[in-house]
Amino acid sequence: MRFQQALSIDSVFKYFGDVQVLDSVCLDVHPGEFISLVGPSGCGKSTLLRIIAGLEKQDSGSVSIGGSSVDELLPKERDVAMVFQNYALYPHMTVQQNISLPLEMSRLSWLQRIPLVGNFFYKAKQIKTSIAQDVLEICKSLQLENFLIRKPSQLSGGQRQRVALARAMIRNPAVFLMDEPLSNLDAKLRVHLRNELVELHKRLKATFVYVTHDQSEAMTMSDRIAVMDSGKILQIGTPNALYSKPSSIKVATFIGTPQINLFELTNAGNGSFFWGITETPITHQKKSAATLALRPEHLIVESHRLSECDVQSSADIVRIEEHGSETLIHMTLVGFANEIFVSRIPSYGHRDSYSQGEHINVGFKLDTALFFDANGIRLD
Amino acid sequence: MRKISLSTRQSISGFLLSSPSSILLLMLYIVPMLCLFLLAFTDYEMGNVVIKWVGLANFYQISKDPVFQRSLWNTLIYVAMVVPISIMGGLLIALLVHARTKTRSFYEVVYFLPVTSTLIAMATVWQFLLHPKLGPINSILKILGIPAQNFLGDPMLMIATLAAIGVWQLIGFNMILFLTGLSSIPKEIYEAAAIDGVTNPIDRFFKVTLPMLGPTTIFVLVTSSITGFKVFDTVAVLTQGRNQSEVLLYDIYLEGFTYSKMGYASVLTLVFLLIIIGLSAWQALHMDKKVHYA
Repeated sequence: MRFQQALSIDSVFKYFGDVQVLDSVCLDVHPGEFISLVGPSGCGKSTLLRIIAGLEKQDSGSVSIGGSSVDELLPKERDVAMVFQNYALYPHMTVQQNISLPLEMSRLSWLQRIPLVGNFFYKAKQIKTSIAQDVLEICKSLQLENFLIRKPSQLSGGQRQRVALARAMIRNPAVFLMDEPLSNLDAKLRVHLRNELVELHKRLKATFVYVTHDQSEAMTMSDRIAVMDSGKILQIGTPNALYSKPSSIKVATFIGTPQINLFELTNAGNGSFFWGITETPITHQKKSAATLALRPEHLIVESHRLSECDVQSSADIVRIEEHGSETLIHMTLVGFANEIFVSRIPSYGHRDSYSQGEHINVGFKLDTALFFDANGIRLD
Repeated sequence: MRKISLSTRQSISGFLLSSPSSILLLMLYIVPMLCLFLLAFTDYEMGNVVIKWVGLANFYQISKDPVFQRSLWNTLIYVAMVVPISIMGGLLIALLVHARTKTRSFYEVVYFLPVTSTLIAMATVWQFLLHPKLGPINSILKILGIPAQNFLGDPMLMIATLAAIGVWQLIGFNMILFLTGLSSIPKEIYEAAAIDGVTNPIDRFFKVTLPMLGPTTIFVLVTSSITGFKVFDTVAVLTQGRNQSEVLLYDIYLEGFTYSKMGYASVLTLVFLLIIIGLSAWQALHMDKKVHYA
């Protein structure tokens, strides 16, 4: 029997007028997984999330949740909850009312929901008491119990976000959909809430689909990441796999800060290349390589490590960027006119001193380099 | 020369800079209102050379004046009909028009036309439509088997007829205000509601749309009430106050300009102003509270 996925997206296409937003998107999400959809703005990640939620209808393809198709189901019938970028709390309701609304809609009949009169219908009071208890419990778990009677406008950004989370959690959905939930918060709170979300995910053991344009958010939180661009999923993998084995130049440049260094190889196709001032060509197995890529930490500048390098050249330091624990050295390389490359070195321990304008030697080990063909596809 | 301190110089320039608007405000609003207030204690009649101070006599008189009481009552009935119908109707039309995409601007223009037209001119059309013998409305009633009505002559029907014309004129304006309110409700709120299970249109209206329109509704309520209390032109043109169809402003007009009793008309105007100021104050208090987002 086939392993049942929490969420399964099968060749989904979506057009807005003539513009193709999603192009044959396929994605399987395992139960309890935290998966991020990342990509530049306009790549279709939010549209994909809205299609999963049922707020948008795909033009073709199908979406299944818990093994059964939800294409014909309304958003509320899909067993999903969504957290919006701007929280989308009901401004006229208190925190308590905001959180209890999903339960009122699902547990009470329309007769029981009529204000005042509703209480006289069958068991309405009992159900309302149980809703209030559930709301209180959720609020306690998110430290919201002191804000129950406040309106959203009286809350801080972080508190509003927790109310939005509570409203999503209260229905105990199979899948949580989150559309850039942290992007409206300041940097410090964002990092703090990242951890809270990861903790929450562990505790709930639910499936999270998390949309963000911030690759570092995706890297730090997710079990797996799907990198999207122009309506396509470019690669799905663990944060480490995406970082060390990106399938294409697009993924390689999107994941990781500072960006990966890209070197155009001039004599592509014959299995050897020149790098900077190297006089003898460097031979390698990847005959069709057109681009060589190096993560900043693999572009070595420290004199005591240069001996490990297979390839060496010389460079001029353009700028030195101190980050406390690490230092970024921006440089130009002989043979790669006007392009700036970055090397990342630790700031602690014994370190050579560098200064702007200095002429230095740089190098790298061949086994740390990534090779891409003319179409930007990585060569193994 | 003595040196003037900085704070004095600053307050002098402050007064100078604010003087144009202060003087205008004083001359156009405060002084006339003060004059009105003073006139209310006199027997001033237009053209009179001597003005006599009569104290509270005018105020005493309005408590015994059947025409004033009738006009106040008529105005209240008029407002009680025009305000709820034009608000609920305006909201209903706004909801229907808001859902249109291509034809929306067409409906907006059509419903807004009565607001832009001069009521005096349109009153002639209404007079024809409502004519007891020749009017098309009575012809329709006849086809339906209902006897012809004298809409602008029957005391039982006059205020209701005037109110219907008032609604016709106001409903488009209210619709535009509600449309603006509807457009300002964020789309995400409806999407969140869809996921939370607020699916059917009635639930959506009462749980989301109506509460979110709170500030708009208060504004519409107050402006409609003020417009309602200010009813004058339809009465002046269509009924001339006959068969006891006077309204507040028409009574003021009669006392002040037809009978030239300016002193007494001033008292009536004070009553009218009190109502308007009361409504505006109520709105000012509530508008502040009802703002959703800080």
